[in-house]
Amino acid sequence: MSSSASHAITIVDCGTGNLHSLQRQLRNSHADTTVTKDPASVRSATKLVLPGVGHFGTAMERMRATGMVEAIREAVLERGVPVLGVCLGMQLMARKSAEGDCEGLGLVDAEVVRFSVKDSLRYKVPHVGWNRIRVRRQSRLFDGIAEDAEFYFVHSFHFAAVDEAIAVGDSRYDYEFTSAIEHGNIFGIQAHPEKSHDAGSKLLENFVGL
Amino acid sequence: MIPVLLLRNGGLVKTTRFGAAAYVGDPLNAVRIFNNFRADELVLLDVDATREGRTIPLEVVRSLSEEARMPISFGGGIGTIEQIRSIIAAGAERVVLGSAALERPSFVAEAASTFGSSTIVVCMDVRREVFGRYRVTHLNGTKRTDHGPADFGKRMEECGAGELIVQSVDRDGTMSGYDLELVEAVSRSVTIPVVALGGAGSVDDMRKAHESSHASAVAAGSMFVFHGSRRGVLISYPDPRTLANPGRSGGD
Repeated sequence: MSSSASHAITIVDCGTGNLHSLQRQLRNSHADTTVTKDPASVRSATKLVLPGVGHFGTAMERMRATGMVEAIREAVLERGVPVLGVCLGMQLMARKSAEGDCEGLGLVDAEVVRFSVKDSLRYKVPHVGWNRIRVRRQSRLFDGIAEDAEFYFVHSFHFAAVDEAIAVGDSRYDYEFTSAIEHGNIFGIQAHPEKSHDAGSKLLENFVGL
Repeated sequence: MIPVLLLRNGGLVKTTRFGAAAYVGDPLNAVRIFNNFRADELVLLDVDATREGRTIPLEVVRSLSEEARMPISFGGGIGTIEQIRSIIAAGAERVVLGSAALERPSFVAEAASTFGSSTIVVCMDVRREVFGRYRVTHLNGTKRTDHGPADFGKRMEECGAGELIVQSVDRDGTMSGYDLELVEAVSRSVTIPVVALGGAGSVDDMRKAHESSHASAVAAGSMFVFHGSRRGVLISYPDPRTLANPGRSGGD
């Protein structure tokens, strides 16, 4: 595969998200980005990004209505196209979510649940702000990123019941939760790398360079 | 630590008690400087939008979001779902609702269910009345309402707001410290993050708001743009290590 083809990234527009900063940061990493709502472009994509902001139920509803769900499943599960889910995009890859109480894309064996904090004066929900991601094992996504690097989070829901083989990083907010996944061609991060200064840029660069 | 920047006629201003405004510079330049300081995040509010019956200009949202390497929340005159959609499409991470949240709490509920709670921030401008009672105000602090800040905060949480910015109108621009009593009252009444705003003059003020008033994060205007007793304009950002809890990092 030529280098230009491997750097082509298709960003799936789920209808509610903020795509500009992600697109800009991917371009800074020399990716050739296309934003699409069209399942046909996903069917011919060589690398996918599922971006970030919004409501799980609303996003799934939109993608189900347009046939995007099948297109993504086919690309990722049958063709083995590398996919990066960011924030809500990572959650969408799960089997189901408590947000909107509905099924997800089912790319990985996990569920999405709401934060259930004990100390609600100290740990407000959503979890907003900078936090560390502790990387548990060798990771292509976190390659070259400092162990104490912090990432920017904004979320009320998180991954749970995650298969050990899939989870690659976790963060602590009253308790530990899975904040990054990596399994074969499937990658996800609960934080916003596009808004996480240098560590975030490095992570996106790693994905572009896969 | 969150710098709050006020937009007026395409430039940035800083007010005192919501009144006299000093010009403090160009917004794009300010964003570049805060990038270099690795600021935690920014809040940008168009202070004339509601009164002039418009919303924050999309080209401003677009150009600043493109430049920023940290999250920016935008506010100013936002009152419809379509406006939020276009502001997010232009690059905002989150939107800040003010007057619309006060007048139509159901709009906050609709916005949260469409865009997710994490995207919706409500900013309340609070004045302390003669006998010490707090009341939420709107239209740049000129109109009072009958809402107490703790109850209003609770109501906003029930509607699905993901965060509250609690701004003391009386402390605005004074650099005399946050209204700790106000911040604590709201923090205790809700389980969503509360950001203290109004009065910060030092990192010590910020530490107090976080440690004793349970603010999840601390925001300021003057402290980041003025320098010295004569209030010369110089954008700065304290070393996060000077705060025990860096910014509002959720970790331990």
